[in-house]
Amino acid sequence: MRENELLSVEDLEVKFFLRKSTVEAVNGVSFTIDKGESVGLVGETGAGKTTTALSILGLVPNPPGKVTKGAIYLNGEDLLKTPEKEMRKIRGNDIAMIFQDPMTSLNPVMTVGDQIMEVVRLHNDMTKEQAMKRAVEMLELVGIPGERYAEFPHQFSGGMKQRVLIAISLACNPKLLIADEPTSALDVTIQAQVLDLIAGLKEKFNTSLLLITHDLGVVAETCDRVMIMYAGSIVESGPVRSVYKNMKHPYTVGLFNSLPRLDVETDRLEPIKGMMPDPTNLPAGCAFCERCPYATERCKTERPVLTEVEDGHFVACFNPMNKEG
Amino acid sequence: MENNVMLSVKDLKKYFPTPGGMLHAVDGVTFDIQKGTTLGVVGESGCGKSTLGRVVLHLHNSTGGQIFFEGKDITHVSKAELHELRKQMQIIFQDPFSSIDPRMSVKQLIAEPLQIYKLTKSKEELEKKVKETMDIVGLASRLADSYAHELDGGRRQRIGIGRAIILNPSFIVCDEPVSALDVSIQAQILNLMQDLQEERKLTYIFVTHNLSVVKHISTDIMVMYLGCTVEKANANELFHHQYHPYTKALISAIPHVDPDDDTKRILLKGELTSPINPKNACRFAPRCNYACEKCHCEVPPLEEVAPGHFVACHRVREINGL
Repeated sequence: MRENELLSVEDLEVKFFLRKSTVEAVNGVSFTIDKGESVGLVGETGAGKTTTALSILGLVPNPPGKVTKGAIYLNGEDLLKTPEKEMRKIRGNDIAMIFQDPMTSLNPVMTVGDQIMEVVRLHNDMTKEQAMKRAVEMLELVGIPGERYAEFPHQFSGGMKQRVLIAISLACNPKLLIADEPTSALDVTIQAQVLDLIAGLKEKFNTSLLLITHDLGVVAETCDRVMIMYAGSIVESGPVRSVYKNMKHPYTVGLFNSLPRLDVETDRLEPIKGMMPDPTNLPAGCAFCERCPYATERCKTERPVLTEVEDGHFVACFNPMNKEG
Repeated sequence: MENNVMLSVKDLKKYFPTPGGMLHAVDGVTFDIQKGTTLGVVGESGCGKSTLGRVVLHLHNSTGGQIFFEGKDITHVSKAELHELRKQMQIIFQDPFSSIDPRMSVKQLIAEPLQIYKLTKSKEELEKKVKETMDIVGLASRLADSYAHELDGGRRQRIGIGRAIILNPSFIVCDEPVSALDVSIQAQILNLMQDLQEERKLTYIFVTHNLSVVKHISTDIMVMYLGCTVEKANANELFHHQYHPYTKALISAIPHVDPDDDTKRILLKGELTSPINPKNACRFAPRCNYACEKCHCEVPPLEEVAPGHFVACHRVREINGL
C-alpha cells in the first residue's frame, strides 16, 4: 500500500443471479483513490458505475446481487471481510454517499435538521444540543440559512435538497465521498452552484471524491483523474488532461464524437454504432468489439487488460489509438 | 404575411389558476418560424418552454395572444378543424418510457395515427406504410410485434418519432426528445431527426434544457426565463454574442469538456422565483448581478440590439457597451 492511498479496489467482480440468467455487472475492476484526490467514473446507463459504488459501501442488494471476487481496501482494511456491524460504523462516518435523486433520498416526514442530526448522533458521542448546533453549522456551510433547520424537504427546491444531502454526507467529515450523479437532476445554473460547493468543501476538508457521472464536462471541471467504464470493465483511465487530449480507447473516442459540443462546430454527430452488449451474455473477447471499427480476430476471443501507455494513463485495448486517429 | 413563415405566434399567454393565484407559465411570447428551420427553445425547468410547445399544438388552450399556421389564424378552432390540423402538426414527447401505451405492439403503435385518420384503404396498405415508417426511423422489422418494455430508450424514442411522422406532417414540436437518452444513443436520434428534416423539409420547435444539443440542431434560438423571452437570435450569433445577463450565466454554467478551457463561470445568486402572480418587473431581476431600480418595477421590452438579435433587458446597452 502506498502511503497516500485511501481506497484500493482490486479485481472486483459483481454478479446478479436472476432466475434464468446471470447479469455480469462488474467484471474485474481495479483502481485506487489517493487522499484528497477526485476521481471521475464515467459511463453510460448499465455500465456498472453505481454497482461499483454500492460494492464499496457493501450495499449491493443481496439477493440477487453478490460480490463474487476481489477485495476493497480502505486504509488497508478489507471492507468485503468487515462484518456488517462494523460496516454500519464506516458508512456515513468514513465513507459517505450522495445519491442521484435529491427528491427521493430525503425522509419526507422528518425535518431537514433532524436528518442531519441523526447522522451526527449515530457516529459521535454528542448531546442533542451539540448535535443540533452541528446540524445548523452544516446547513450554513452549504448555503442554507440555519433558521430553516425545522423545515421539511417539500419546502425546499431541488437544488436545496441536494445541498441538504451534501450537508448530511459531510456532517461526519468522511474520508471518502461517493457522489452518484449528484447534479444530473438539476438545472445547469444550479448544477454550477452545487459543483462549486462540492469543490470548495472538498478542498476544505481534504476529502477524497469518487464522482459518478455520464457528463464528460462535469468530470473535466471537477476531477483529477477519470475512469471510463463500459459493460462492467474500466476500458481507459488516467489523468483527465491526458485522457481527454489523447484518448486511446475506441469507445472513449466514440463517446466524445457523440457529444454535441459548444466549442467545436459539427454538422453531424458520429454516434457509436449499435448497442451495449447484453450483460447476461457478454462476448468472450473485448466487450466493445462488436461496435468497434478497428476490431480484429484477436479482439473477438481474448479480453484485453488495462496496460499503461503513458505516465498513469491506462487502456484496455489491443490496438490503442494514437493521436492522429 | 411572408410566404415562408410556417408558424407565427403573437403575444401568446398561458396562465394556470392555482390555489395561490394565477401561474403565468407563458407570458407574452412572440416569434416566427421559417419553413424547414428549427427554433430551439431553451430554459431551465419551470420556464414555460414545454407549455409553449403544447399551447401551439392546442394541447392546452391559450389564455391570450394569437397563433398563425401557414398564415391562417388557428388561435380558436373547432374540434373538427383541430382534428384536420393535427395531421400537419405533431409532437415527439420527452419520456419514451411513459408516452407509449405498454399494451400495444410496435406495429400497432405506429399504425394508430393512420387508423385514426382512416388514411389507408386496406390492411395491406396499412401494413406496407407501417413497415416503410419503421424502416425510415431505423426500427428492424423483427421488432414489429415487440412491446415497449422489451425495447431500450433509443428504440422507444424511434417509435415516438415514427408515430409523429407517419401522417407526413410539416411541423413537429419536439419536447426534450433526447433528454432521457445516453449520449451515444442521443447522437443517433439527433442524426435521425436532422435527416428527416432535410428529406421532408420539416419545421421543428425543439424544446430542451441542453444547450449543447440546442446549438447543434437549431437555426434560431429563443431563451426563456419564467414565461418570458429574454433573448432570441440566430444559433451561431447567440453562442458568439450573448447580451442578456441570464443567457450569459446560462452558457457559462455549462461544464466545458476541454480541460484546458478555464473560462470563469458566472455564478447566479439564488434560484428561480415563483411564477405565481409575478410582479410587474423583469423576472430575472432578483437573481441578476446588474439589476437596478427600474428592473424591479418595469417589464423590459424585447428590443433588437443587433440585426436579428433581440434582447429583453433595461440595461443591455450599458452592460454590453453597445
